[in-house]
Amino acid sequence: MSWTEQLDARSCVLLRLGDRRFALAADQVSELVAPSRMFRFAHRTPEIDGVILRRGRVVPVCDVAEKLTGKRLTSRRYYLISKRRQQGTTDWIALPVSGDCELIQADLTAAGPSDLPHVAAWLSHAGEVIEVLNLGALTPGIEPMEGGVDRAPLPEAHA
Amino acid sequence: MRFEPVHKTPAVRTEQIILFRSSNQIFAISSSSVQEVRSVDSLAGASVEIEEPSVPKVRHLLKRGERGVYVVNAATHFGLRPSPAALIFLLRKTRVALLIDGIEKMTTMTRLQALSPAFCHEERVWYRGLTVLDQNVIPVVNPQGFLTEQELLQLDATAGALLEAQAASAPEVELTP
Repeated sequence: MSWTEQLDARSCVLLRLGDRRFALAADQVSELVAPSRMFRFAHRTPEIDGVILRRGRVVPVCDVAEKLTGKRLTSRRYYLISKRRQQGTTDWIALPVSGDCELIQADLTAAGPSDLPHVAAWLSHAGEVIEVLNLGALTPGIEPMEGGVDRAPLPEAHA
Repeated sequence: MRFEPVHKTPAVRTEQIILFRSSNQIFAISSSSVQEVRSVDSLAGASVEIEEPSVPKVRHLLKRGERGVYVVNAATHFGLRPSPAALIFLLRKTRVALLIDGIEKMTTMTRLQALSPAFCHEERVWYRGLTVLDQNVIPVVNPQGFLTEQELLQLDATAGALLEAQAASAPEVELTP
């Protein structure tokens, strides 16, 4: 199966950060929750705001809006709890979002060599071209995953 | 007639911890890694002031036997606002004493969660992990994470020079027949 075929028609979750929309592969999304109490403790990872408790698990909160839109979110309507997988392990990260999320089925277009590392692919929805995010490249701590969408390798990785 | 239960519930492993305060933040440390708790007043006679610019979190050397113990200011170590410290934890199996604001309480933890890989800087050395107590997330400090080998070497060099200078400037005691 070719890489393009792998990326065809995928379930994605559309999320809103300020006035822009982005997408995440649906299999990377665990749940959407209302903001809960955030716990803060001393650390040196500036991208992490704090942690929340979700189902007994401590989940770091990472506001990616500033990186993606240049502005921090002024209102956090939900936390999108996302899964990151690497080397057989899964960890969770909470992304604050400013509006409702939507599950859609869309055809993905591979990211090109000139695209930023956080772009795993592109999709077109309701006349809008939307970046599908590569969480590994966008959030701290783990090496950027190849592709980010179900580990589909990016073309440039083989160049 | 009594039947033995088929499945025995495994005993929950617990660990005794001390919750302590530094600059209004709560941390936990395993009580087994604390050898002694002393008041800062006890520093007065038993310590030497030390200034190593590359390790600003250490300002005192406690003389204990052959080797010195370095007093690490917890607030400075964790990058928090300076606060009036009242207690010192002398840590087991390290050459570190920890200057803290106070003890909150002693309790037990049943679960230590690994720090998420999203935390990817010094905190990975600072903490053994996180624990949840009464719906609060508390970082559990790593007693080995307060001074690196390099910092210890630098402090040893500074302390050695300081003690030598002190010995040289001390007035010699004349022996009278």
